[in-house]
Amino acid sequence: MARKYKGIDQLSTRDKIVVGLMVVVPTALVLWLVWVPAIGSVLLSFTNWDGIGPLSGIKSVGFQNYVDIATIYPPFWPAIQHNLIWLGVMFLIATPLGMFFAILIDKGVRGTRFYQTSIYLPVVLSLALVGFIWQLIYSRDQGLLNAITGGSTDWYGDPSVNLWAVLVAATWRHSGYIMLLYLAGLKGVDPSLREAAKVDGATDRQTFFRVIFPVMRPINLIVLVVTFIESLRAFDLVWVINRGRNGLELISTLVTQNVVGEASRIGFGSALATIMLAISSVLVVGYLRIVMKED
Amino acid sequence: MTRPTNEAEYLARLIPPSLSGVDRRTLLRGAVGIGALLGAGGLAACSSDTTTATGVPTGAVTGTVTAGSNQSDAVSKAAIQAVMDAFAKADSGTTVKINTIDHNSFQANINNYLQGAPDDVFTWFSGYRMRFFADKQLAGDVSDVWTKITGMSDALKKASTADDGKQYFVSATYYPWAIFYRKSVFKDKGYEVPKTLDELNTLGGQMKKDGLIPIAFGDKDGWPAMGTFDQLNLRINGYDFHVSLMAGKESWADPKVEKVFDTWAGLLPIHQPDALGRTWQEAAQSLQQKKSGVYLLGSFVAQQFGKGAEQEDLDFFTFPEIDPAIGADAIEAPIDGWMMRKSPKNEGAANKLLAYLGSPESRNIVVKADPSVIATNDGADEAAYTSLQKKSVEFVKSAKSIAQFMDRDTRPDFASTVMIPAIQTFLKNPKDIDGLTNSIEAQKKSIFAS
Repeated sequence: MARKYKGIDQLSTRDKIVVGLMVVVPTALVLWLVWVPAIGSVLLSFTNWDGIGPLSGIKSVGFQNYVDIATIYPPFWPAIQHNLIWLGVMFLIATPLGMFFAILIDKGVRGTRFYQTSIYLPVVLSLALVGFIWQLIYSRDQGLLNAITGGSTDWYGDPSVNLWAVLVAATWRHSGYIMLLYLAGLKGVDPSLREAAKVDGATDRQTFFRVIFPVMRPINLIVLVVTFIESLRAFDLVWVINRGRNGLELISTLVTQNVVGEASRIGFGSALATIMLAISSVLVVGYLRIVMKED
Repeated sequence: MTRPTNEAEYLARLIPPSLSGVDRRTLLRGAVGIGALLGAGGLAACSSDTTTATGVPTGAVTGTVTAGSNQSDAVSKAAIQAVMDAFAKADSGTTVKINTIDHNSFQANINNYLQGAPDDVFTWFSGYRMRFFADKQLAGDVSDVWTKITGMSDALKKASTADDGKQYFVSATYYPWAIFYRKSVFKDKGYEVPKTLDELNTLGGQMKKDGLIPIAFGDKDGWPAMGTFDQLNLRINGYDFHVSLMAGKESWADPKVEKVFDTWAGLLPIHQPDALGRTWQEAAQSLQQKKSGVYLLGSFVAQQFGKGAEQEDLDFFTFPEIDPAIGADAIEAPIDGWMMRKSPKNEGAANKLLAYLGSPESRNIVVKADPSVIATNDGADEAAYTSLQKKSVEFVKSAKSIAQFMDRDTRPDFASTVMIPAIQTFLKNPKDIDGLTNSIEAQKKSIFAS
C-alpha cells in the first residue's frame, strides 16, 4: 500500500539531489543551446557586426537591417516566395506520395523489402552524393536528362525551371522519409480493426479513409509537423546545387550567405535569421496548441 | 602612364593607392629622421644573430608545420604536395601536414578559419582582404621572411605589405585574365585575333556560321562573370575608374557603369547560352573539345587541357579595345601566395617554410607542375616555361596597369552578397539595366556605410 505523497520533505537527500539534477541539467542545456543563441541572433540583428573582434566593438544600427532587407535586398522577397512554394509542394505532393508508398508497401506488394530500401535510400545517402547524383542528371551539356530527351533545357541554370527541378529532387528525398515514418505507424495499427471493417463490407479505400487514417492521428500530426519543419529549413540540396542563388533563393541560404561566407555580415544575416525564426514560431505555436488541446 | 620596361615596373603598378599614400608619408618622415634610420640599421646589423634566432632559423628546424591550402584542383594540389615534399626532404627533421580545402569553401569560410584554429601557414591572395586580415590582427608578421627572400622586386614586397608597413604575405604565383583560344581552330578556319569590339562581334558572327559557340561562358559559381565585367569596365572606363568603383567611391548608377552592362548585353548573343547552370570547368571543356571558339577566363583554364600538345595549342589575346581613348593595355593578373597565422604553433618551421615558398626553387616545382601560373620570383627558371607561360610573362610585362579581380579589389561582403546576385540577375534579364544599377547602388551605400 503506497503512502500518500506529502510533498518534497518526504524525499531523502539523495532523491532531492537526483530530482534537482534532473531539473537543472536539461534546463541549463536548453537555455545554453536554444535560448542563448536564439536571443543572441535577435540582438545581433540590430547591429552591423562583421564577425571579427570582441563583442564590445559591436555598434547598434537600430532597425536598419530590417529596412534594408525589405526595401533594397533583391533576393529577399523571391526567397519568401520560394519557401512558400516549397512548403506547398512538400505538403501537397511529397508527403501524400510518401504516405501512398507506405500504404502500398504495408499491403505487401511483391518485393516489399526492395522497394522499401530503394525508396528510403535517398534519405541515407550523404548530401554531397545527392548533389552529385542530380548534377549528373540535370547538367545542361553533360546530363542524363537532356541526353535522353535530346533537349537543351538548362535545368539548374534557368530560374524558371530550376526551383521545380530541385523540388523533384527534394520530393525524392522527402517522400522516403515520410514513407518510413508512416510505415512504422501503419505496422502499429491493430489488425482486428481492418478485419472488422472487412466483415462490415468496407472497400480498401473506405477502410483506409474511414478507419485507419483517423486511428493514425498521432502519426499524422508528426508527419504534418515534419513536413512543415523540413520545408522551412530546406537548405542542403539548394546549397549543394548553387549556393542558393539565381532562382533558388531560400531564407536559410540567404542567412548562410551573409553569416557564414566570406561576407561575414553577421548583423544583416541575423536579421534574416530572426525573420525565419518569427515565421517558424507561428507554426510551432499552432502545433503546440493542437497538441495541448488533445491532452 | 608609359609601358613598363621590366617586370619590376609592372609589379610597381600593382600597389594599391592607399599603400602608395602610406609610402609617400613614410618617405617624408624618413627624410626628417634619416639619421635615426641609419643608426637603427647599424644596430640591427650588430644584433643580426638574435634576429635570425627569433625570425627565420638558418639551421635545421624540427617538428610538424601545418599548411592550409585552397589548391583543391588536382593539378595544383599535386604541385603543392611536390613543394612540401621537397621542403621536408631538405629539412629532415620536419614534416609538413597539408590541409587541403575546396577552393570556394576555403574562401567562404576564411573568417571562421582564421579566428578558429588555422594552420601555421595558409594560401591567400594579395589585395584588399590580405590587408584587412593584417589590420584585424588575424595574420602573422612575415617581415623577417622578406629579409631572406631574394629575387622578388620591391614592388612585390609592397604588394605584400599591409597598411602598417609590415609584410604579411609571401607572393608565389600570378596568372593573367585574357581571351583564350585554340591555335589550331583559328588556323583551320582562318580567324584573325580581334583588335576592336566590332572585330570581336564580326568574329563571333563568323564562328556562329561555322557552327561554333563563339564565346564559352559559365557562371554557376557566380564569380567567373565578374571577370567579364572587369574586362569591359577596364576597356570602357579605364583602370582608375575600376579602382575607385571597387573602393566604393563611384556611384554604380553612373551612366559609365550602365554603359558596361549595356555593352555586355550587346555581346550576350555571341556568348554560350544558359551560363548560370554551367561551371567554368564545363565551359572550358567546350573550348578544349573545339565546340567553342574562345573563352574569357584566367589562365587556369589551361588546367582543363591535356599536358603537352594540347597545352601548346592554347593561346590567348587581350580583351579588344572598345574606346580608343582608353586603349586596351589594362589587364587583370591576381597574385596568389602564402600568409602565416598569428603566433603559429611552430614559428621557426613556419618562417622557414614561408622563405622556401618564396624561393625560386619552390617556384620552379610549382610552375612545372601547374603550367597555368607564372612565378613571381625573378629567379625562377623561365627556360622551363611552356609557351603559354612565356607569353603570360610577356603579357603582364607589356600591360600598362594591372588590376587584381573584383572579389579581391573590393569588400568581400559587397562582392559576394551584392555583385554575384546582381550579375546573375543581369544575365537572366539583360534588359533592366537601370533598375539593376540602382539596386546595386542602394545596397553599396548601405554596406560601405557600415
